[in-house]
Amino acid sequence: MTENAPNTELDVQSAQDDFNRSAGLKLLWYALLAVIGLALLMVLLSWGSKKLGATSDSSPGIDATNNTISLILSQEPPQLDSTLATDMVSNMVLGHVMEGLLRYDENNALVPGIAERWDIRENGATFWIRDSARWSNGDPVTAADFVFAWRKSVDPANASEYAFILFPIKNAEAINTGKLPKEELGVRATDERTLEVTFERPIAFFDKLVAFSTFSPVQEAFYNQANGRYGADAETILYNGPFSISRWVHGAHLRLEKNPYYWDADRIKLDVIDFPYFTTDTNAALNLFKDGSIAYTGLNAENLQDALNRRWHLDRLQDGSVFFMEFNHREDRITRHRKLRKAMQLVFDPKELVYKVIKLPGFLPGESIFPVWLRGVDGYLRAEYPAPVWEVDIPRAQALLAEFKQEMGIDKIPPLMLLTGDNPASAKQSEYFQALYKQTLDLDIRIDKQIFKQRLAKMTSGEFDLVMAGWGPDFDDPLTFGDLFSSWNLNNRGRYANPEVDRWVRVAQESLDAKTRMDAFGKIQDLLFEDVALLPQYERGVVFVTDPRLHGMVRRAVGPDPDFTNAYIVEP
Amino acid sequence: MLSYTLKRLLQGVITVWFIATATFFAMHQVPGDPLTTDKAVPEDIRKNLEEKYGLDKPLFEQYTIFLSNITRGDFGISFTQKNRRVNDIIREQFPVSATLGILAIIFAALGGILWGALTALYRNKLPDIVIMFLVILGISVPSFVMAALGQMGLVSLNDTLGFSVLPVAGWGTVQHMLVPSLVLGLGTMAYLTRLMRSSMLEIVNADYVRTAKAKGLPASRIFTKHQLRNAVLPVITVLGPAIAAITTGGFVVESIFAIPGLGRFFVQAVQQLDYTVIMGTTVFYGAFLVFMVILVDLLYGFIDPRVRIS
Amino acid sequence: MSESTFSADDFKPLPKGAAAEVITRPSMSYWQDAWRRLKENRRAIISLWIIIGLLAFTLIGPYLWTVDHAKQNVDKISERPFTSTEAVLTTPLQPWDIGNRGTPSDPLALAEPATTQTARLVWQAMPGASAYRIYRNIFPYEPGAGLGLPLGETLLPKDTYFEDRLDLQAKTYYYSVVGLDSQLRETAQVVTLEVPVTRVITLTEATERGLLSQASDGKLGEKIHLGTHPFGTDYLGRDLLARLMEGARVSLFIGIVAPFLFVLVGVAYGSIAGFLGGASDQVLMRFADFVVALPFLLFMILFKIAFGIGPGESGVMPMLLALVLLSWPSTARLVRGQILQIREEGYINAAQLLGANTSYLVLRHMIPNTLGVILVTLTFAVPSAIFTEAFLSFIGMGVAPPTPSWGSMCNEGIKTMLTSPHELIFPALFISVTVLAFNLLGDGLRDALDSRMRSRE
Repeated sequence: MTENAPNTELDVQSAQDDFNRSAGLKLLWYALLAVIGLALLMVLLSWGSKKLGATSDSSPGIDATNNTISLILSQEPPQLDSTLATDMVSNMVLGHVMEGLLRYDENNALVPGIAERWDIRENGATFWIRDSARWSNGDPVTAADFVFAWRKSVDPANASEYAFILFPIKNAEAINTGKLPKEELGVRATDERTLEVTFERPIAFFDKLVAFSTFSPVQEAFYNQANGRYGADAETILYNGPFSISRWVHGAHLRLEKNPYYWDADRIKLDVIDFPYFTTDTNAALNLFKDGSIAYTGLNAENLQDALNRRWHLDRLQDGSVFFMEFNHREDRITRHRKLRKAMQLVFDPKELVYKVIKLPGFLPGESIFPVWLRGVDGYLRAEYPAPVWEVDIPRAQALLAEFKQEMGIDKIPPLMLLTGDNPASAKQSEYFQALYKQTLDLDIRIDKQIFKQRLAKMTSGEFDLVMAGWGPDFDDPLTFGDLFSSWNLNNRGRYANPEVDRWVRVAQESLDAKTRMDAFGKIQDLLFEDVALLPQYERGVVFVTDPRLHGMVRRAVGPDPDFTNAYIVEP
Repeated sequence: MLSYTLKRLLQGVITVWFIATATFFAMHQVPGDPLTTDKAVPEDIRKNLEEKYGLDKPLFEQYTIFLSNITRGDFGISFTQKNRRVNDIIREQFPVSATLGILAIIFAALGGILWGALTALYRNKLPDIVIMFLVILGISVPSFVMAALGQMGLVSLNDTLGFSVLPVAGWGTVQHMLVPSLVLGLGTMAYLTRLMRSSMLEIVNADYVRTAKAKGLPASRIFTKHQLRNAVLPVITVLGPAIAAITTGGFVVESIFAIPGLGRFFVQAVQQLDYTVIMGTTVFYGAFLVFMVILVDLLYGFIDPRVRIS
Repeated sequence: MSESTFSADDFKPLPKGAAAEVITRPSMSYWQDAWRRLKENRRAIISLWIIIGLLAFTLIGPYLWTVDHAKQNVDKISERPFTSTEAVLTTPLQPWDIGNRGTPSDPLALAEPATTQTARLVWQAMPGASAYRIYRNIFPYEPGAGLGLPLGETLLPKDTYFEDRLDLQAKTYYYSVVGLDSQLRETAQVVTLEVPVTRVITLTEATERGLLSQASDGKLGEKIHLGTHPFGTDYLGRDLLARLMEGARVSLFIGIVAPFLFVLVGVAYGSIAGFLGGASDQVLMRFADFVVALPFLLFMILFKIAFGIGPGESGVMPMLLALVLLSWPSTARLVRGQILQIREEGYINAAQLLGANTSYLVLRHMIPNTLGVILVTLTFAVPSAIFTEAFLSFIGMGVAPPTPSWGSMCNEGIKTMLTSPHELIFPALFISVTVLAFNLLGDGLRDALDSRMRSRE
């Protein structure tokens, strides 16, 4: 190519470059316009969403000037009608805005609530309601409010899942199954301030029962006026507890303010408890805590290390729940044979599961259906009646399994179906079990992961060999765990049936003598172990961190948890 | 034009009716039902419940009841949020999802068109390679990772600055919206970038572009009127479904940023088999999607005179 | 454009009668030409090699790296890549004879040297303490800062001992024991102790893991090497490399086949609708809208039931089918839009006038001209299919554990992103590389197949 020859190649190139340059400039101009337009649009949208109210104007986690704390909720309470509430979150919120006849104090002891005193007899109980108890509209809380709420809870038309918790009251079960009208319930208001309860059968722990949120009062006039929407919004609930809901934006924001009508308002130090965030995402909670937007958060095994590196003050507790692997004892299931279950027990070490796989402090290796915190005659139940334990013995398990296979005349145990939920923790644990049984006993475990309702449907119909199950306490008595494996309990999903266990459950239900009852629980514990009815895995714990300025938060296994009613802010 | 729109709307109603019917019967085939609860309930009480909610009636009767209710615009009462009407849930939660979705789609569309045009102009040169790399990153990292990273970024940003510039989670102001909508739009932005690049390259040498150049039209005019306008067509085609997908698919971002959108309610409803909420949201989203598609088709005819709607 | 120099010879006329009109170069078909240009595209060739590499990793890898992907080792959970660890051989853990622990001479002491099996602490009773709380930290004690992990409480004043077995690692810990008052509140009484932990392994464990051929080969107190994992281990101590190889099968299969199939369906459907136009187009596109609006999760559950997939069985094929059935409409819409546009182009009219039939028009003119957008859709569907698989597996509708997949490994990895990033980075890297390879290949293919690009050269 010579110097003076027309360079078409370059010309085309430079023409293209020119074109690109001016096109690029044009593009830049458009981009600028777009950014400006976008900014305007966002301002407009935020103004619009303010109008619609779906906002969570958040204050910092601890706002000492306004005496306010901000917190996160794992989900929005489905509704706050105390006769219908079932979940932990509703229970927690109800614990702040409602008060029953009795309540738990900061040391987790039962103390007088709306009732100033009470008398529990073999066949019934009387509660005397204090004069100063008021609803948030200024009306006095009366015995009739309790009668209305309790009748509502067992009314079949109301369809409360927790109706069973009132069954110790006379005729409750018959009413709930539609055999008697709800007016026949064994509870009546002898006068404005006296509540008279008749029992169906003697009950040893009725005082503990009435602290549960289903036993909260509801004012009839207000309920009817809410026109079927009682508990759906902040305005459609009447409060008698330490706080009342001042703002409830669905899905976005819940704000509790100190209730001036609360009879013991002097006890309450915080002005506002704010819940501007609803999410199940644990990392989001941790990030909000790091940012100082919330005053408290739970931690999990994954983000614990991060918390340690930040040198936070960590705390922990057992949340009261027990987790176990349940066997299917139905006729057509291979897991109904004790030898197989025993072999499976002998290779499983709950300590390994807790210390190496779960790795969270606060968790305890499972030994029994009864958790360690339950009270016995004088001290702890588990101290008075130690749970039988087993040592891992793989050769013995293998021998037992070989024996079992010979008896059954089979070479190989067919694959066992392990039913489990779709949460990360149970997925991880079922994989642990799958490998454990493959490596030690050459058992094939098929993990049947199901989402919530499908899992429940399969549990009910018995389509499983093994199921990862858990149980949380409803009231502070060993019976909340003790009757789980009675043959008539519908939550006994594996249909375990042992007349001996049934007999001891009846003793524990009907006796009023602490020693007799605890003996019965001891027997149940031994029988379930002897039969390998279940494999206890762990007692669940929670590790959490609170803002160092927040004091007086109470955590507990039974009752509203966490409890901020006694909380206060201390500025350093 | 008007008769076309009316015809399309009528077709839309029929489509939504099909969606509702298919979902209704599919939902009832799934094992379990809204009355299955964590704590087992005795048979008698279950029967009472079924009666109360009309679940004891034959399936077809339930279907006709459902149809007559939705024609009156009543989706019923939620099973999980026992005292809340599905209409209220949609009315309160959808605007949030829509705001998030619209912002995300605008981010995605503007970004996609911009980056796409840029990469096409500088094909196989540095901007193209850099953007290609970012695009690959954008689509191979799923939105929940992006959201988690975005949130961590916010924490460290506020931490370094010492005061809260952008909130870590929550909803309500521009500051709340910025990061979640960006994160939600990233995947679509990456897709649109590539789509735009590809369609730009196809028309770079189209006859009409050459003609325009030969006529000596100014470059910026050729670029805007001939190239951009034609290349943007496939982008617009996918926008309609993309808006619907982003608005319904935002639940991961909604969950991480604690945003009170409808996406979370919808996913929870399927998991909880909350029949009324499933039906309400499906019908609503179906109608929304159909509407968006009609809108985009009308827009399409507006931009591209060749595809005149008949 | 090539340059050449001319000589006078070039301008000589050809002899008469020579086969001047014969085409001397072989005639190239469309596909031959495309292949030729694909080979010249450097990026496309690189991407082809990456894909071959990925296939080799999936198919040949497991024969070279024969570690069992399902084998758990709870002592090596979330181990970093290339960690080389040694452990001292020891006997199985004996229960602690607490009654004979005696009183330590120091405020806080170890009853015996701490190992990864156990750390046994004893301390002198504190005056006035009615119970004790035990913490374990990774930092030395510093007043005011957090004391670390709250391990537990001893509930009686006389219980001045604690056994820690919680996830003990071979590093130095700082234990603190805090006295509690009668209300179980922490008092100012704190004692701390620095505890180095030795990694140990029992003879039986060593034999089980194949580190010793038989138990008698090892001597107590001897150090043995525990083996390394080039990519580290996961949350249950499983070898990450083996899991990546195993996971590649599922992920690559779903990630490649599903997009390919549904894009194919979408292209066919979209081009039919676009070409037919009118009422048929309307009906077809309304059906596409209908499919898009169906709730995905609900119908996936339904598919699983319809296909009769038992618990724990692999549902790859039904999942593939379901993905195809639910995912084609977006491609169909896109292709239809393009076809509508192309239908009006001059060359289509020309071809029609020349007597081209429908299938020829669609296959030779329309689809090649929409190839650009089709390829973009195809390459973008790869990661989304991989992650959809992971989501479905997570809710029990895809592959059953212990079979891994890249997507589900990512899902697990995100949770431990801050503490053990390798669990996220490796699977994410493999997904990214796959996506990159397919994007480059898509680009290359587009350039090679695009009829208009041909005319540029």
